[in-house]
Amino acid sequence: MATKIGVYFDQQNIGGGLDVQALADGVSKKWGDFAPVVKVYPVLANAEADIQADIEAQGLDGVLVCGCSPRYDWNLYQFPGIQVERVNLREQCVLAYKNPDGSAAPAGAAPELLVAMAQDYVNMGVVKLQKSTLPEGAAVEGVKRVLVLGGGWTGLHAALEVAKTGYEVVIVEKSATMGGHVQNIPTATPLSAPWTEPQESGLEAKIAQVKSNKLITIYTSSTIARLEGQPGEFTATIATAKGEEQVQVGAVVLSTGWTPLAGKYLEPMGYGKLPGVVTAGEFGKMLREGKMDAKRVAFVLDTTLAEEAAKAQAAAAAEAAAEEKPEAAAPAEGEAETPAFVKQDLESIKHLGYSNSVSGVAALRLANAVCDKFDGAQVFILYKDMVVQGLLERYYKHAQNRLGIMMTKADVTDIARSGDALKVSCANTLLGMDFDVEVDMVVLPTGIVPTTAKDAVVQFAYRQGPDFPDLDLFDGFTDSNYICFPYETRRTGVYAAGCVRQPMTMDACAEDAAGAALKAIQCIEAATRGVAVHPRSGDLSYPIFNFVRCTQCKRCTEECPFGALDDDEKGTPKPNPARCRRCGTCFGACPERVISFANYNIDQIGSMIREVVVPKDFQTEGPRILILACENDAYPALDMAAMRRKSWSPYARVIPVRCLGSVNAIWVSDAMSKGFDGVMLLGCKYGDDYQCHFVKGSEICNRRKENIAETLNRLGVQPERVEQLEVAIDEYDKVPDMIDGFVARIVDMGPNPFKGM
Amino acid sequence: MSNSILVVGGGFSGLTAAIEAAELGYDVYIVEKTPFLGGRVAQLNKYFPKLCPPSCGLEIQFQRIRKNPRIKFFTQAEVVGLTGQKGDYTVKVRISPRYTAPQNVDFGLLASTLEGEVCSEFEFGLGKRKALYRSMPFAFPGRYVLDPAALSKTDAVRLAGNQFINLNEQPRTIELGVGAIVVATGWKPYDVTNLTNLGAGSVKNCITNMQMERLASPCGPTGGHIVRPADGRAPKRVAFVQCAGSRDQNHLNFCSYICCMASLKQSLYVAEQYPDAEITIFYIDLRTPGRYMNVLEKVKASPNVRFIKGKVADVQDDPATGNPVLTVEDAVRGEKLTLAYDLVVLATGMQPTLSGETLPLPVSVDEDGFICGGEEAGIFAAGCARMPLDVMRSAQSGTAAALKAVQTVKGR
Repeated sequence: MATKIGVYFDQQNIGGGLDVQALADGVSKKWGDFAPVVKVYPVLANAEADIQADIEAQGLDGVLVCGCSPRYDWNLYQFPGIQVERVNLREQCVLAYKNPDGSAAPAGAAPELLVAMAQDYVNMGVVKLQKSTLPEGAAVEGVKRVLVLGGGWTGLHAALEVAKTGYEVVIVEKSATMGGHVQNIPTATPLSAPWTEPQESGLEAKIAQVKSNKLITIYTSSTIARLEGQPGEFTATIATAKGEEQVQVGAVVLSTGWTPLAGKYLEPMGYGKLPGVVTAGEFGKMLREGKMDAKRVAFVLDTTLAEEAAKAQAAAAAEAAAEEKPEAAAPAEGEAETPAFVKQDLESIKHLGYSNSVSGVAALRLANAVCDKFDGAQVFILYKDMVVQGLLERYYKHAQNRLGIMMTKADVTDIARSGDALKVSCANTLLGMDFDVEVDMVVLPTGIVPTTAKDAVVQFAYRQGPDFPDLDLFDGFTDSNYICFPYETRRTGVYAAGCVRQPMTMDACAEDAAGAALKAIQCIEAATRGVAVHPRSGDLSYPIFNFVRCTQCKRCTEECPFGALDDDEKGTPKPNPARCRRCGTCFGACPERVISFANYNIDQIGSMIREVVVPKDFQTEGPRILILACENDAYPALDMAAMRRKSWSPYARVIPVRCLGSVNAIWVSDAMSKGFDGVMLLGCKYGDDYQCHFVKGSEICNRRKENIAETLNRLGVQPERVEQLEVAIDEYDKVPDMIDGFVARIVDMGPNPFKGM
Repeated sequence: MSNSILVVGGGFSGLTAAIEAAELGYDVYIVEKTPFLGGRVAQLNKYFPKLCPPSCGLEIQFQRIRKNPRIKFFTQAEVVGLTGQKGDYTVKVRISPRYTAPQNVDFGLLASTLEGEVCSEFEFGLGKRKALYRSMPFAFPGRYVLDPAALSKTDAVRLAGNQFINLNEQPRTIELGVGAIVVATGWKPYDVTNLTNLGAGSVKNCITNMQMERLASPCGPTGGHIVRPADGRAPKRVAFVQCAGSRDQNHLNFCSYICCMASLKQSLYVAEQYPDAEITIFYIDLRTPGRYMNVLEKVKASPNVRFIKGKVADVQDDPATGNPVLTVEDAVRGEKLTLAYDLVVLATGMQPTLSGETLPLPVSVDEDGFICGGEEAGIFAAGCARMPLDVMRSAQSGTAAALKAVQTVKGR
């Protein structure tokens, strides 16, 4: 808790006709000894040395800067060991101000409502500091060793990258040999400039490098039985042929790759029925083993036949299921047992289409190999769209010029036997006519099915279960839903790379491996320093539990978007700070309010809410509206709105929160008992295309809001007084209207029945 | 010897490389040519496939920079010299004057009252800007920049006495000691004036895909309304011309990676604003890798969107209507089509910034301007300076380059 603070006003950044000296005097009067230094500077930016001198002379442990948004001039107000808080008077007070009737504030002295707003914000800032402590991190002794799951192309690269950075590596590979699918390909695609010629993969050399590296330990024919603990100090239990072994690791690179799509999906294209119809994977292996003797080969990249058949089948199955109308299974009586984990198989025909960029390149690679093998070879590549992107276009162009390779867009309408050969029927081609090609072999694309679609590969020994929670959103790929942050999974310290994340070509896998290796090492270092990783990177604060009052309700353990909390048999949460991303969803969930961060807690925000002066007379002095705004998107949107001279109701008071997930129902009660007339929760969009930086925060908040509504109803307060609105960061031109609309609805509703009580 | 890292370019790849290395514990300098960080993505309205705003991810990146004292950045800065070798470089950086105070000053009101206006490079010529400006509302750093060349005489007099403006600020050159360098100089839209058959930029109501991003952006020149630039009319028929320069030996001898997805995304922008608009996409191949297939399926499901496989051969202006008229051969039906649209969007490709420009760094580029090599000198290319990529792949690439740089400086 800050005990003695300095309050500084930056006149240059305030304006609006506010009497800044009067504001300062108000602070001195109200806060007395807690704020022994209250100063107004014409340009505060020039006063850094003065502030430092005050800190030393007065023994201040907190500094409150009142001026522009904390999103600016962050670099000017940093004093080692001192808590600094900012009051956003410029954007979200002065610039945001308009009269209740929508007119602009008149020139000259600030209107009363603006003065009241400024006073509220300053007082909220003071109390925020008063209820805040400099956090000390929860550091662990980070094990400088990375577990690389999967010893294929990506895993080998990841291992070498980690070792090259000076960290140890443990590779766990399921099969008896290293190299994964690359073992079965005759040549690699171009891996570097000039991107025109196939290259040797150099797999053997890579494997030899890994084997001879002293920092790397290899377990083949092994899998992970269990991963427990937290970043910096995971314990991985490895199931080997000789039994289980445990190793300590700091972080994990998940590079378990993929398995080929089941043959049944390709049956409509003749696979498994017509001899000579194989997948690209099988064809590559045949080539490599010298077992391929076909001179006429068709690579059929148009997989509409398979997709249509799967669609028809799915429709038929759905119809049958609807007809059967299974008896509604009666819910189990009595104590609801936590059901045993059953892995949902996420493999589907979709994986065939998703593999398009790899399939296209593979067809080129294999077509070239056929031509290399036989003079006079006749190779057809029949595609719907040739997905060969970026610089690999040059490889495609190169193949187009190769004698023996004929490529055309074609709708492949049938694949059938024709004497000793196979006949592929093509329509809508680029040759101006439909035609059939006769070939000895037909090669179908290999569908890339990520291992995580089929198995819980990592086997987390976590309260929330052994698997990644979002896989169904990504059709089984362990991908990130953030376009900007490709390595973020909801299991801190585990970073996916290669085809388990997305289908990708070999050059991309190698690069991805290096990226994931960095993230793994970075996570170990963060855990060692006791700081958070993305998105609150560097944050030392972490949730502290007061277990005495915990009722083992398990809400925090269930709701944590990152599965950071385990629990014991009784249900008492067991925190793992190094897994935690510091969003505060746990304390938003806690009905007993036993969870807090040093610099962010229930009492702090509650006290800020209570610090607002709420007038008793709704009719003459207007309502008061509390806005709890996500600091990542809504808050910047408000800043930008104000900067664009879009103002909003002067009755609103904005308090930024780490995430809407951290909003505890008590804050709404605090606001209602204080006499606020409405509470607006302003957060990110949720659903499949969520924009919440903590994945689930805004969604969870919305769910909790229903409980809040019930409570309000019981108390005789209209539940409509609490509303959650979704706002994207670029909706700066819309958000003022959203606020005004809410205020108008509250005005129609009349005063909060608790006002003045 | 230095264990600091230099990142050239403050776009998404460069930011990612810098932040990831700094969060691993290394000191990083970012040198950015323009006045603001964020690069090309700052000009985009939305990302595919989620249609989410790029400023959302940028805000997080900027927060990470604010919180991390290991990152120092210089805007309006260019590398002008390099001496030394891997592990021990001295980099000369020239910083142009910003002419505004080092702290944040809200010049909004003042700027809006200035007379002088110039064509905004950020808006690709679709809008104007004042001499005192921030390119976008989420500009980082948030400080205004002054372009004295855009001041009128009256403006100059008005600003002369302003305590937060220093028109006498001089360029300066600083030296930085670094051990490794990440080059993330990114890309530029292919110069449309080279595309003579597609109107060379002179056909009214024929815009580029990057211009479309600005038109659709809420902070763009039209406040996000997609209208014809020539007359402000709402378009009813919109065509997207794929591979405008890309996959063409006479222009860009590669595929620009993002344009198919970008046009699909932009077709959704149009459909959102004008549900009845008829949209046609002319393409060679629809390159929607991986799960981006789902976006293609979504767009294909719309009855108002038509796909025609065929390369557009010609774009002409119909002076009577202001409609661009396309000539195209439907490659499947073999028909030659002549079609008029209200608005045509050229999916112009991405050209590496280093095409036609040189950096005073020992890196070589291929014939198209993409960096190849440099690793042996402790110099690593990231993002679209290396190859055409989308944002997600750029972030991967930046992260990977950060690791290579760290490996180079570690323990020095």
